[in-house]
Amino acid sequence: MSMNRREFLKIAGISTIAGIGGTALAGGLRKGVIEAAQTAPNTDALTGKKWGIAIDMSKLKSEENIKRVTEACHRIHNVPDFSNTKDEVKWIWTETFEHSFPGQEHKFMAEDMKHKPFLLLCNHCDNPACVRVCPTKATFKRKDGIVMQDMHRCIGCRFCMAACPFGARSFNYKNPRLAKNLQEYMNPEFPTRTIGVVEKCTFCYERLAKGLKPACVEESNGALVFGDLEDPASEIRKILASKHTIRRKPELGTEPNIYYIIGGNDYAVVPEIK
Amino acid sequence: MYDGGKIFVGLIVFAALFASPFYLNMGKVSAKPELKIDTPEIQKLEDKKCVEPKELMRAEHMQILNSWRDAVVRNGDRDQIIISGHKYEKSLQNGCMKCHSNKKDFCDKCHNYMAVKPYCWDCHIAPKEKKS
Repeated sequence: MSMNRREFLKIAGISTIAGIGGTALAGGLRKGVIEAAQTAPNTDALTGKKWGIAIDMSKLKSEENIKRVTEACHRIHNVPDFSNTKDEVKWIWTETFEHSFPGQEHKFMAEDMKHKPFLLLCNHCDNPACVRVCPTKATFKRKDGIVMQDMHRCIGCRFCMAACPFGARSFNYKNPRLAKNLQEYMNPEFPTRTIGVVEKCTFCYERLAKGLKPACVEESNGALVFGDLEDPASEIRKILASKHTIRRKPELGTEPNIYYIIGGNDYAVVPEIK
Repeated sequence: MYDGGKIFVGLIVFAALFASPFYLNMGKVSAKPELKIDTPEIQKLEDKKCVEPKELMRAEHMQILNSWRDAVVRNGDRDQIIISGHKYEKSLQNGCMKCHSNKKDFCDKCHNYMAVKPYCWDCHIAPKEKKS
């Protein structure tokens, strides 16, 4: 069949219109996105622009204090405990000063500071390296500054673990439900994770939505202060403005949002000069 | 035709094997799953209504769950759904299963019948089954 240019353009034009119009019509006839008739806005939630925590190390006196904080977090979030470091899953944990703030230790520093367990958790950085490397956007930055992990999307590639300079992420090498502590107790209000996904602290986003502060803050008896770093009137900003604080590895430029008040007057032991 | 007999027998055997699932299951109509929606939690409700009509829930509950997941996890949108004054959380574990506390007689029955294996329960914790 021979066809001249004019006829070809006519047919092409008509079929384009039919195509676009057809899909639009079909789309319009289909049921739209499912939406419930009535919703109640969640007014309980704590809202902020950049959540952060200031940790006053002088108030975390004993190891029991610290253990209570870490256990509260791990208990409500169904964090498995396999009692070996290879399979360890940690949301909040402790490390020595030397390992928490590498390069800042020196040989004359107070003995108790040197051996004091520092409370570590995800720093919810302003420029999170883990978010940049995630190929599936399973980890992402929320509007309120929380670095969130969507377990539905995680493919377990562990890029984020390699990228995070703070060791804040753990991989589930084993099915977490096989852990002894989870077989004894699971918080029925919170999911567990599955084998093959990475997990970390989520700043208790599920508690913030109910108007509660993170579990670690609640259990710390005032040693941990939680607040909005963008709000100049917040308690945390007043603390940061009045006391000297340090952050973990600030030289890397990820802008961590967990601050440590080192202080020392409370517990530094000054040796007597003889 | 060479080896015609063998081919013919082979074809019959093949046809018999191929059709075996059909004639083995003939007449044995497996019963449609009857879902139980009479949990104590639902009994307590004055207006026994789900968040969407039954037919829509039956056909599209997975899409609803997906959109809830996106809303809650990714957008932090935890607006509750109100049905005749009762508030429901946009949550499988803390929403759906609070009423449908019988996973075995509600979720599993139909999923088994349809041979679908959703992996919700690898992470989400099912409510404890009550003796009924």
